Amino acid sequence: MLGVEALRNERSRLRQEIADLRSAICKKEQSLRELEEALANGGGNGDGLADEGGERNTGTIQTQLTNDDIARYSRQLILPNFGVQGQLRLKNSSVLIVGMGGLGCPAAQYLAAAGVGYLGLIDYDQVERSNFHRQTLHTEARCGMAKTESARIALLELNPSCRIHCHSELINSHNASNIMRSYDVVLDCSDNVATRYLLNDACVIFRKPLVSGSALKMDGQLTVYNYGAQGPCYRCIYPVPPPPEAVTNCGDGGVLGAVTGVIGSLQALETIKIIVGGLGEVLAGRMLIFDGTTGQFRNIRIRSKRSNCHACSSQPLITDLIDYELFCGMHATDKDHPLQLLESDQRLDVQTYHDKLESQPHLLFDVRSTAEFEICQLSTNAINLPLAEVLDDSYLKRFAVELQNKDLPIIVLCRRGNDSQIAVQHMRNRFPDHSIRDLIGGLHAWTRKVDPDFPIY
Amino acid sequence: MANDLKLILELSAGAELLFGNIKRRQLSLDGSQKWTIGSLLKWMHANILTRSPELFIQGDTVRPGILVLVNDTDWELLGGLDYELQQNDNILFISTLHGG
Repeated sequence: MLGVEALRNERSRLRQEIADLRSAICKKEQSLRELEEALANGGGNGDGLADEGGERNTGTIQTQLTNDDIARYSRQLILPNFGVQGQLRLKNSSVLIVGMGGLGCPAAQYLAAAGVGYLGLIDYDQVERSNFHRQTLHTEARCGMAKTESARIALLELNPSCRIHCHSELINSHNASNIMRSYDVVLDCSDNVATRYLLNDACVIFRKPLVSGSALKMDGQLTVYNYGAQGPCYRCIYPVPPPPEAVTNCGDGGVLGAVTGVIGSLQALETIKIIVGGLGEVLAGRMLIFDGTTGQFRNIRIRSKRSNCHACSSQPLITDLIDYELFCGMHATDKDHPLQLLESDQRLDVQTYHDKLESQPHLLFDVRSTAEFEICQLSTNAINLPLAEVLDDSYLKRFAVELQNKDLPIIVLCRRGNDSQIAVQHMRNRFPDHSIRDLIGGLHAWTRKVDPDFPIY
Repeated sequence: MANDLKLILELSAGAELLFGNIKRRQLSLDGSQKWTIGSLLKWMHANILTRSPELFIQGDTVRPGILVLVNDTDWELLGGLDYELQQNDNILFISTLHGG
């Protein structure tokens, strides 16, 4: 077994090393391009290189298309109302994309392909397998690499003339101003409420249009905030954040890649319309609602600016960025945030369960949804009892016989060990004399500590 | 009834999960009384809401994060809770999405 383990370690080390080398090559290629560009501009003052501090590389304003540009962009150059001027506007524009996930990948892909001159990419996260079905710029070989770097490699393959700056960090109230200041348009491709309020307030303060997309399950939504004299901001529409229990992320609710692809592509389209101008009516003061189950788009009319909006009215209350995680009562990342609802004697370590209890008679309730239970089960003893059936007490009838026996221990588990605590708390209130415990860390902990071959999602 | 107030009621982007997972209904309400969105909310709460009322209603209005549209227009442009429902109106409740 040790031999196999050593080989596995060697394999991951090699993969990581190759990924790092690829990323280093990519950075050097970018430096080379910048150097060549600086030389071509007759510079030597280093202006074209100094973009480490998050400042946009301003360079020189391009006033002509090259032969390569003409060949590459010919199919959009011949569009009425686009033309050479439109292409030059794109070439001289800088766009910031926040989130290189399901929305950010297609948005970045179409913007780079269309000839946006300067792209900023923000993401704090690394590429992992559960991304590939919708985050189509990342590849198997780049697992573990920063998403921004991975996206940069893919985008440069698509269009080597695009200059790309990676901000591989979580955007927050402290770094937002430095990062955002120099961009013309910002795309909200994020996945959480706190970041959405942050981007809105920052875009209002720095006067930038915000192209906002979101998607979950089979649904998508799209609008442009803070655009034009009457265009509302996010706070005009949503003055108060939703209660955390009403918010679902893609990691918990699921999402189809073709749905994020639709919305991300449309974000690119609105961005191009904003930059080029005269291409059509930008989606401000309206919201596009996409229902993937019926294939229907609805274009709804939303309110204009709120005269007493805390952010964008003439007398705003918010003039500096605030603590958005506090304001929303929610985190800005979808990483595990373990709940701590139960006392330690009401919980069980996966190893202890494996060593001592698994072979003894007990009830093993898996409180994940039925679709998730279908993906993998801890053992043949596991019984699927979705959390909703615990909370609405319908389990009482279904397990009336089993629950009469106080001496039969009950173990509750879920994916990560949060829902299982909620279930245990609820059941303990009704059966204080039963032994009811949950598995700490859920199935993820099982894979980490007991069975590395158990699938993880 | 001939005098009934006929409405199309739609729920979308997750809001339907609170209403038995039904996205579209044709309603016939008692036409002898005046109906506003406010009274429609009470009717929905009493008659078709199947779970977690706090995820739909807070106080006498919808919870933050749900948009209400009358014939595809934001209800805030039409008077909000006091908007008087008209024959054949289409009322859509839609949850805001935050994922990406």
